[in-house]
Formats: sequence, structure tokens, C-alpha cells
Amino acid sequence: MVMLTDAEGSTLQLRDVRKSFPDPGDPVNRRLVLPGISVTLAAGELVSLIGPSGCGKSTLLRLIAGLETPDSGELLIGSEGIRGPSAERGLVFQDPNLFPWLTVRRNIEAGLVARGLLQEKKTEVDEFMRLVDLEAFANAYPHHLSGGMAQRVALARALINHPKVLLLDEPLGALDAFTRMRMQDEVLRLWSARRSTTLLVTHDIDEAIYMSDRIIIMTPRPGAIDQIIPITLDRPRDRSSSDFLRLRSEILELLHFAGNARADNALVAASPSG
Amino acid sequence: MTPRNGEDGTALISPPKPPPVSVAASLRTLSIFAGAVALALVVHLIVSRNEPPLETRFYTIFLGSVLVIAVITAPAQISWPRLRRFRQNLHPILTAAALLLCLWEIITSGVRLLPLPYFPGPAKVLHSLISDRMLLFDSTWHSLVLLLSGYALGVIAGLITGLCIGWSPPVRYWGMPLLKVVGPIPATAWIPLSMVISPSALISAVALIALAVWFPVTMLTASGISNTRASYLDVARTLGAGRGYLIFRVAVPAALPNIFIGLFMGLGASFLTLVVAETVGVKSGLGWYVSWAQGWAEYGKVFAALVIMAAFFSTIMTALFKVRDRMLVWQKGVIKW
Repeated sequence: MVMLTDAEGSTLQLRDVRKSFPDPGDPVNRRLVLPGISVTLAAGELVSLIGPSGCGKSTLLRLIAGLETPDSGELLIGSEGIRGPSAERGLVFQDPNLFPWLTVRRNIEAGLVARGLLQEKKTEVDEFMRLVDLEAFANAYPHHLSGGMAQRVALARALINHPKVLLLDEPLGALDAFTRMRMQDEVLRLWSARRSTTLLVTHDIDEAIYMSDRIIIMTPRPGAIDQIIPITLDRPRDRSSSDFLRLRSEILELLHFAGNARADNALVAASPSG
Repeated sequence: MTPRNGEDGTALISPPKPPPVSVAASLRTLSIFAGAVALALVVHLIVSRNEPPLETRFYTIFLGSVLVIAVITAPAQISWPRLRRFRQNLHPILTAAALLLCLWEIITSGVRLLPLPYFPGPAKVLHSLISDRMLLFDSTWHSLVLLLSGYALGVIAGLITGLCIGWSPPVRYWGMPLLKVVGPIPATAWIPLSMVISPSALISAVALIALAVWFPVTMLTASGISNTRASYLDVARTLGAGRGYLIFRVAVPAALPNIFIGLFMGLGASFLTLVVAETVGVKSGLGWYVSWAQGWAEYGKVFAALVIMAAFFSTIMTALFKVRDRMLVWQKGVIKW
């Protein structure tokens, strides 16, 4: 396949990244969301981020995407600091956010059009259409697509820019259980073909174990890194193997022992589904 | 690799096929139409016995030819499905129109229920329409030129100001209050002032129509642009979009449904302003023609001009709908038009 190139990913380094937002109920103090996050992702690594709702996972992703600026701290891609959004950091949301006025094909082309590269890379559009298996729907508009298809388009749209870092903010969260499992394989396939450094925010512990090289567990508000768990299982992984299940119960326990009412919410949110 | 389309089930929604039209049922309804036209013709012949034949001749010919067409197309549609669907669809409306014409003739020329000369019958109106066709055509042409130049100017100005107000917060801060204060003044209220300022009635009419169009287009464009979903802009930014792409390839298409509402509102306002401007200032066009004919108490011509206006304005409206359908084709299936 054409996409099997060397790792396109790049290391992603966060050094003591702090972020607060103005609190609408309190004009004096700002609400601290991230008290200082430090973590490094190796080039081509797939890391999951799990934690209770509102712990700042999405904020962290938006910071890396460049859509927010940190109060202090450094974010580095390779050795370069992040300044504003760029095509080298692709972002996919839970809602595919396809442009409804563009056909599937034109949605996938959007990144090339935005960067004025459509003419040179026209053939790549076909490759990506094939990669996500949507050639038959090239001229369909987004509202004709099912949730899984729309999310595949969103992935292709982000990947066509060959991002060094791919940020996935609960991309499969809105899909039904079967579609979700297929899409997990799909994302893994795309990831192994492209080797973008990938940071995946998820609520689903199984998904995190099934997909990632490492799992970052965050504490409730303000969201600090609680634990980083390496997953060394061989790929493709078996969701019902004893190692898988052992890891799963370990993580559940960790979340539980993180310990208070809010962590219990996290358990509910994590919804063990197997 | 496994095929992955199965999971997603439904594919493209194809438009439903029109139900087959039975030939017999169609024939039946067609004969109802022909009957209505025949009734109108008979009524007309009875009513117009004591009128000058020259004035009613066109209407007789008109009804006669419609009747002939109705009778001929009735069998023709058996072997021509497209004609059948077309006629089937329009049938109730056409029948009602024929009956309405008949009723109009009875009320006016027939029993003289409405005072003459203010309410002429259909025969008289058709006669005026045909006998004064050169002047009517000329007036329509002038109205069209005036309307289109004013409308185009207003739309261009409205899109530009709306875009600036919708996109840029400082422009919004200063522009919005001005828009809210000046915008709601009806364009026609500026007529006295424009007569003093403007060198010619034609220029002031163009400016007034443009002003009438400008306000709704600006307002709706601005609100559409500023309500662009933030996540669309975020996604575009992470795809490497610059300001030009964000404005013209994200915000503008996202605002397009709103912009079209503004264009429709502006079109309505432009019709009104056109007719008023032609009545009081410009010495040409359909508005002028109506007041001129009324001055000579030629009410047949007044009604003829109204008929032309109805056709003229609704054609332009339909044209705008067609443009909308083309540009907003992506909304098909999302919203009900």
C-alpha cells in the first residue's frame, strides 16, 4: 500500500504546561484546569488519555492543537515550540464536524485547498478516499453518511496533511458498540500505516488498552497526570485474553483508588462494556 | 482488509419516484379542465353580446385557444408520460384559474356588481394588455433595468458590510449600532431627501432600492457569519487554513442559508421601493405606467400593468429560488424548503 512510509510522527513534549480559564462565578480568581503537565510522547507512539469528565483532557488537546495558549510552560513538536494551530497537528473531534456544504471528496481535500497544495497532490486525495474506503461516496454530502462513515471522512481529512501529531478527542465516543470496535481497528490500521504520533482521549478503558502503547490516567479537576501505564501486549490484541482482562481490572482499580466521589463518576463514565 | 461498508448500512438517499398516473383518471381530470374553460367561454360569449366586439375579441380568441389546447392535450398525454405528469400536477390550479376568470367576468361585465370603470372585466384587461403592449413592454424593461441595478448594488454593499460586521468584532462594535438605528427606516422615507441631494431621479431611485436591499442583506449576512459554528473554524485552523480560507470557505458557506433569507427579504423590499420610486420620481417603468393610466382613468391598463407586475416580480422571485436551490444543494434532505 502506498501509505506504508517511514514514521511521519514527531516527538511531542509537554513541559510543565499550565492552563487556567476565567471563572464566570468568580471575577478575582481564575479556574485552574491544568496545574502543570509534563509528558513526552515518542515519535510514532499511540498514547491514550483517560480520566474523569472535566479533568482538562480536551483542553490539553486544544493546547497541543494550538487553539489555546498555555498560561506557562512549553509545548514542543520535535524541537520546535507550538505557536498557533497548524496543519502538522491534526485534530478529530467526537462530532466529525464535516463541512456540510462540501461533498465527501471536497471535505477530504479541504486541508490541501487551505494550504494551496491541491494541484500538486490531487492523486493523494484518491489514495485517501481508498484508504478509508469511501470512494463510492465521493460525491455524497455529509448528512447522507452514517456516524462511522462521517468519522472516517474526518480522519482522512486530518491525515491528508500528513500531520506529525494526530489528536483524537473521543473520536469514537458517539458510535454504537459494534461500529466503535470496527473503527478502533480502522484507526489502528491508519496509525500503523502512517505512524503519526497519536494522542487519543477516550472514556473507554477497553479502547485505551486495545489501542495504545501507553495510557495516561489523569486526576479529577485540576487535571494532573496520575499514572502512566505502558501496555506491552502484542498487536493485534485480543480483547478477551487474560492479560487484557488483568490490565483492565488493574486500571479500574487504579481509578477507583484514585479515590473519591468524582473518581466514582469516572468509573461510570468509563462504562466497562465487555 | 475486510469490507467496511456493511456496518454503515444505509447509503445515499435516492429521491422517491413519482407515483404512476393512471391514464383514465388523468383523462377524467383533464376533461374537468376543458369543461371549466368551455364554461368560461360560454359565459364570456353571453356576457359580451352587448359590448363592442373589438374590445372582447382577444379574450374570445384566448379562451378559444386554451380550450383547443386542453382538448388536444387530453389524448396526447396518453402516449406522452411527461406531459401527463405535468398536466396532472398543474390541473387543479388551472381549473381553478379558469373558474376564477369566469367568476370575475360574471361579477364585472355580467351583473355589474362592481362600479365601472374602476373594475373592468377580464376581456377589457386583456384588450388593454395587447393594444398597449409596446408601452407596457418598454415600461417593464425600464423597471427591470432599474430593479436589477439597484438590487445588485444593494446586495454587493450588503454582503461586504455584513461580512465585515459579522467577522470583525471592532467593526461590529461600531457598525451594529449604526445599522440598528439607520437600517429600519423604510427606504421610501428617504425620498424627499434624495430628491434634494441627487442630480437625477434615476440615480436616486437606484440608490433607494440599493438602500432597501442593503439593510436586510447586511443584517442576515452579519448574523450568519458571526454564528458560524466555532468547531468548523477550529477544524479548518488545524487543517492549515489561513484567514482567507476561514472567511470565504468556512464562514461564508456556513452563513449562506442566512444570506439567502436576507436576499429574499431584500428582493421584497426592492419591489416595493421600485414601484414607489417610479410612481413619485422616475418617469418610466411599471409603477409610473400604473399611475399614468390611472390619471387617464384607463383602469383596464391599470389592471394590465398589475398583471404584468405579478408575472414580472414572481419570475424574478422564482429565479432567485433557482439560484438558492443550486447553491444550497447540500441542504437538500436536511431542511424542508
